Amino acid sequence: MKLIYEKSIPGRRGMRPAQSDVPAGNNINPEWRREKEAKLPELGEVDVVRHFTGLSKGNFGVDTYFYPLGSCTMKYNPKSSERIAGFSGFADLHPLLGDMPKGGALSQGALQVLYEIDLMMREITGMAAFTTQPLAGAHGELTGILTMAAYHREKKNQKSKLIIPDSSHGTNPASGAVAGYELVLVPSDENGVIDLGALKKTVDDQVAGLMLTCPNTLGLFNPHIKEICDLIHGVDGLMYYDGANMNAIVGKARPGDMGFDIVHLNLHKTFATPHGGGGPGAGPVGVIEKLEQFLPVPIVVRNNDGSYGLDYHRPKSIGKIAPFYGNFGVILKSYVYILMLGKEGLERVSENAVLNTNYIKEKLKDYYDLPVPGLCKHECVFSASRQMKLGVHAIDIAKGLIDRGFHPPTVYFPLTVREALMIEPTETESKETIDAFIEAMIDIAKTAQTDPDSLHASPTTTIVGRMDETTAARNLNIACLD
Amino acid sequence: MPFITNTEQQQKEMLQDLGLTMEQLFEDIPKDLRCAGLDLPSGLSEQEVQQQLEHLAGLNADDLICFMGGGVYDHFIPAAINAITSRGEFYTAYTPYQPELSQGTLQAIYEYQSAICRLTEMEVANASVYDGGTALYEAIMMARRATRREKIILDDGVNPIYRQIVRTHVRSLPVELVEVAHADGQINRKEIWAQIDDKTAAVVVQNPNFFGFIDDFTDIAETVHAQKALLIVSVHPLSLGILKTPGAMGADIVTGEGQSLGLPMSFGGPFLGFIATRMPHVRKLPGRIAGQTLDHQGRRGFVLTLQAREQHIRREKATSNICTNEALCALTALIYLSLAGKQGLKEIAQLCANKACYAYQRLTQIPQVKPHFDYQWFFNEFVIDLPLSAKEASEKLIEKGIAAGFPLSRYYKDMDKSLLIAVTEKRTKQQIDRLAQALEAIL
Repeated sequence: MKLIYEKSIPGRRGMRPAQSDVPAGNNINPEWRREKEAKLPELGEVDVVRHFTGLSKGNFGVDTYFYPLGSCTMKYNPKSSERIAGFSGFADLHPLLGDMPKGGALSQGALQVLYEIDLMMREITGMAAFTTQPLAGAHGELTGILTMAAYHREKKNQKSKLIIPDSSHGTNPASGAVAGYELVLVPSDENGVIDLGALKKTVDDQVAGLMLTCPNTLGLFNPHIKEICDLIHGVDGLMYYDGANMNAIVGKARPGDMGFDIVHLNLHKTFATPHGGGGPGAGPVGVIEKLEQFLPVPIVVRNNDGSYGLDYHRPKSIGKIAPFYGNFGVILKSYVYILMLGKEGLERVSENAVLNTNYIKEKLKDYYDLPVPGLCKHECVFSASRQMKLGVHAIDIAKGLIDRGFHPPTVYFPLTVREALMIEPTETESKETIDAFIEAMIDIAKTAQTDPDSLHASPTTTIVGRMDETTAARNLNIACLD
Repeated sequence: MPFITNTEQQQKEMLQDLGLTMEQLFEDIPKDLRCAGLDLPSGLSEQEVQQQLEHLAGLNADDLICFMGGGVYDHFIPAAINAITSRGEFYTAYTPYQPELSQGTLQAIYEYQSAICRLTEMEVANASVYDGGTALYEAIMMARRATRREKIILDDGVNPIYRQIVRTHVRSLPVELVEVAHADGQINRKEIWAQIDDKTAAVVVQNPNFFGFIDDFTDIAETVHAQKALLIVSVHPLSLGILKTPGAMGADIVTGEGQSLGLPMSFGGPFLGFIATRMPHVRKLPGRIAGQTLDHQGRRGFVLTLQAREQHIRREKATSNICTNEALCALTALIYLSLAGKQGLKEIAQLCANKACYAYQRLTQIPQVKPHFDYQWFFNEFVIDLPLSAKEASEKLIEKGIAAGFPLSRYYKDMDKSLLIAVTEKRTKQQIDRLAQALEAIL
């Protein structure tokens, strides 16, 4: 499709600002004006709407069909939360209003949402306090690690290392590194969870903490979790819970009860806010009581008279991680979601997410290799190693699924599995949809044997075929300037 | 149960196929770690929840005449934006890992990157970061990597909230952060020049600055470059409808908050951080970048490119930990810039400047009101001094239905009586006069 800049017609207008009702100002130094107008498109409103409607047709969303992208929790996003986030009482609220005493009085509804979702998240995770500031999951990780660093600084602990399992999300080591820690990688054992023996050898006084996803990226709940927590606590380290996989255990188990000290939640995963084509998300962070003093400012508090306010007087706080109170519009959608589901609904979430996953694992195990057989939680990981012998790789299976109407699973992750196909169906998908997916996967496994070339040619049903990514990186064209 | 589509009968059938009970599906979690049920209320219907939230929304004031700014502004948002961004194909998709199914998102990101470059007159931009403050932090991290130096000189006319975000993020790193106090509201060139040395990674400035002053940093860029350091400029994107661009000034990295480009204020987010630079630093950029290429049949298409910088490939050696960014907000900004177009953006920016100028003149005509600084060149904001505490004054004005501005005492010492006032194209002459009259009445 043509670029929007290629459709531009000189002189055409899309939006007409209001007539000026004030005299021209003399506050702009004529020498500091831009020389030429910004080369933005010149189009009518209808041109713009059609352009983007056209683009949207080249996209696949959860609203289109099944989107079993592992570790991303692509569940259905309720429409009611979208409507509510658009209420002018929320959308048109200036964030600095919350900062003023009487302004605070005029943002009580918004502050109450923040206060109450904090309480809900405490209950769901078993933590003592939350900050809603972090703007995404990885931002939550960084907030958590900076909180960890503040704790060690306060205790005058000399800590330099952060432990991470080899199956972790890439954001974990990256967050640890940008916070200034040296990363220590611990391998997985033959059961697919962090190798306890290797971990024991790694733990020493230099260890600030351990970042763990539980269940991990293979969908496995670590049976030694208590022991691992004790081991890290033994050197005054802190246990960090990467909540990306919380959908597996919500209402069934709580990181706080397992011994974790810091937790982040991906509201855009477990709590059903839309992923937006890659954001906005939200990554609130919860901590145990002794870490509460380090959370970013401000914290939303409930005053003695029942009103809500902001507490800035926290001398040990790490400071600010985001400009205001987090991605309020996203947080609000999760608040709505939790209210609609309630305690029973949240338990049904993890039950059906786990049921759907194990059903897929069972039905496909004869067709694809399973690196770790047996029970899993919210996602399962197959290996295309069997198909690879026929010249068909994980990427070919992914593209074959596209031609069969499905979004592919995550491929080539976790890095611990060769030719990985990581499938996360979520609880919002029905048996019919999942059966259709299973049928497509079986059809692909058979096609790999009978007609592998047809899979190499996939996808053929999309507006473009496989892209030349090498050329994209070599002959870099990342902006159209003229 | 809402949003769970399997019926109880279907769940039963699936469990039978597995030969398990629901209880057994969770038996890998040790018994003593299982929770007996959450202490939360039971679920509510859509109607009940909506009514509850209508009540909460009603407690918030959405009808105040807004003169608050400080990086977040009350601009007009055309209806076509929501009509487009509420298409499920856009907002329920994820990061475009499968390009064949994500051409909509990918082309939009490419067009957005292009729009940011055209606006700032820079060469390359990424797909977005979280907000203007974290964008500035990421720019500082880029400068450290590009120069292998640790000294960062930060003008304190940069948004104090952003400076606090930067301080928090670099606390555990070997960064030497030097904050240079402003001189009468404007950048203290002498002191900045005195600070620049061969250990300097970057000088960080903002245009317009937090007090509303506009400037031309070309001379600073030259001094910075003489020491092989970088100039980072945080800009208000809408001002670039009329103001000299950071690209033209010689900036190396440009960041900013994109909220003014069609995003609601939404009590502080989701917003949009943008970051642009020059080609030599492209591999130092954080986050996603969309690039143009061809498919195997020679058709033009778009992919995520230069992924070897990113955390999912490079892990602890990545340029940043960012993964999810603000794609839907970037789409919003792109639609806004496309609707406003070349002429529209210029007109909106000029309207903001004219109305701010009128408000400045009108308010400073009040005998007890003084401009805090000697203003000549400013864009959409300025600081006035009142004879009473600015907090107290703004409380009284809120009772009259006006959010008069932001009292600066939270972030600047000795500015108890100072109010930062922002004026957008949405404010009418009548509303500005009403602010002036209300202010006269309380003094």
